[in-house]
Amino acid sequence: MEFRAWSPAPLEGSEQRPAPEEWMVTFDRSREARVLVLPALFDEANKLRRSTLTVMRALDETGIDSALPDLPGCHESRAPMDTQTLARWRSCAAQVAHEFGATHALTIRGGALTVPSALPGWRYAPLSGAKLLANALRAQVLAEREAGRTETRESLMEQGRKDGLVLGGWPVGSELLQELEAASEEPAPSLTAITQEQLGGGSLWLRAEPGEDSAQSEALARIVAEAIQAAEEAGE
Amino acid sequence: MSSKPIAQDEFAPHSDTTPTLQAVPEASAKGAEIAPEAQLKSILTDVLGLESEDAEELTTDSGLFGHMPELDSMAVAGLLTEIEDRFDIVIEDEDVDGEMLETFGGLLDFVLAKTEQG
Repeated sequence: MEFRAWSPAPLEGSEQRPAPEEWMVTFDRSREARVLVLPALFDEANKLRRSTLTVMRALDETGIDSALPDLPGCHESRAPMDTQTLARWRSCAAQVAHEFGATHALTIRGGALTVPSALPGWRYAPLSGAKLLANALRAQVLAEREAGRTETRESLMEQGRKDGLVLGGWPVGSELLQELEAASEEPAPSLTAITQEQLGGGSLWLRAEPGEDSAQSEALARIVAEAIQAAEEAGE
Repeated sequence: MSSKPIAQDEFAPHSDTTPTLQAVPEASAKGAEIAPEAQLKSILTDVLGLESEDAEELTTDSGLFGHMPELDSMAVAGLLTEIEDRFDIVIEDEDVDGEMLETFGGLLDFVLAKTEQG
């Protein structure tokens, strides 16, 4: 496992200020199959980080390289979160895919919203932007209520569309909020969906406290590895 | 993120006379044919990261929101969304109150009432 820096292309219109350098975790032994892993978003990113790395380790053991980038504003990134957009994340993911020479993508949950369209691959338990947003808004409504304030999902979105919102501690800009709201379709339909039932066990993103289940991670890696091997044998 | 201790003791029945609900079946807990108690218990097992033997100790009196520090607003939101998906119901934010979330029994009654409406 190796940490590697990558430099996002500057945002359009801000060519004077280079975007801060970002990090990615890689398992790279210059092998043929190279998977770009796009992590879950927001709160689920934390809960699933360890599982995601476990999947990458298992892929490494079966002879598959992988890279897990920090998208701007996420994880270790120094870029501000509140100016990020799905479009920006997609273009960054495409950049990393190109630089890493990715042959496939594996997205985790909301990571399916950030996948570059050109890559084949898999989407584990994908959810739409609208659903991800609805869940974050519901959590925020409950948190506001606990603090003695009455808000509704509609009243929060009304503010958010103008000024952005802090959802579960994440500052989400108005553009990203509106992108999520509009993303009501199944994300990344060209990728093969992998369901929780295929992995067995409970959904780790539901856990109130982050948990792990190496059997699930290994099952996910096995599905990916077997599909890559089957495609190789079929001469694709 | 802060790491809070998991209060497994919260699952202990409040009294020895509390009836214990049916255990979650070994087979997949998904699907409409599964009894609502077992289905709901299965969701809570996922949310709370319980071992199946601990889940069997969940009773109608088991305290949830306000009794378990790890069950914060984010976890409750995920719990409600999962209930919506598995029971094919819609839970409005106005439906959510302290009483409905306070105990396993309260949550079960709410879900049963919602599924009957649907």
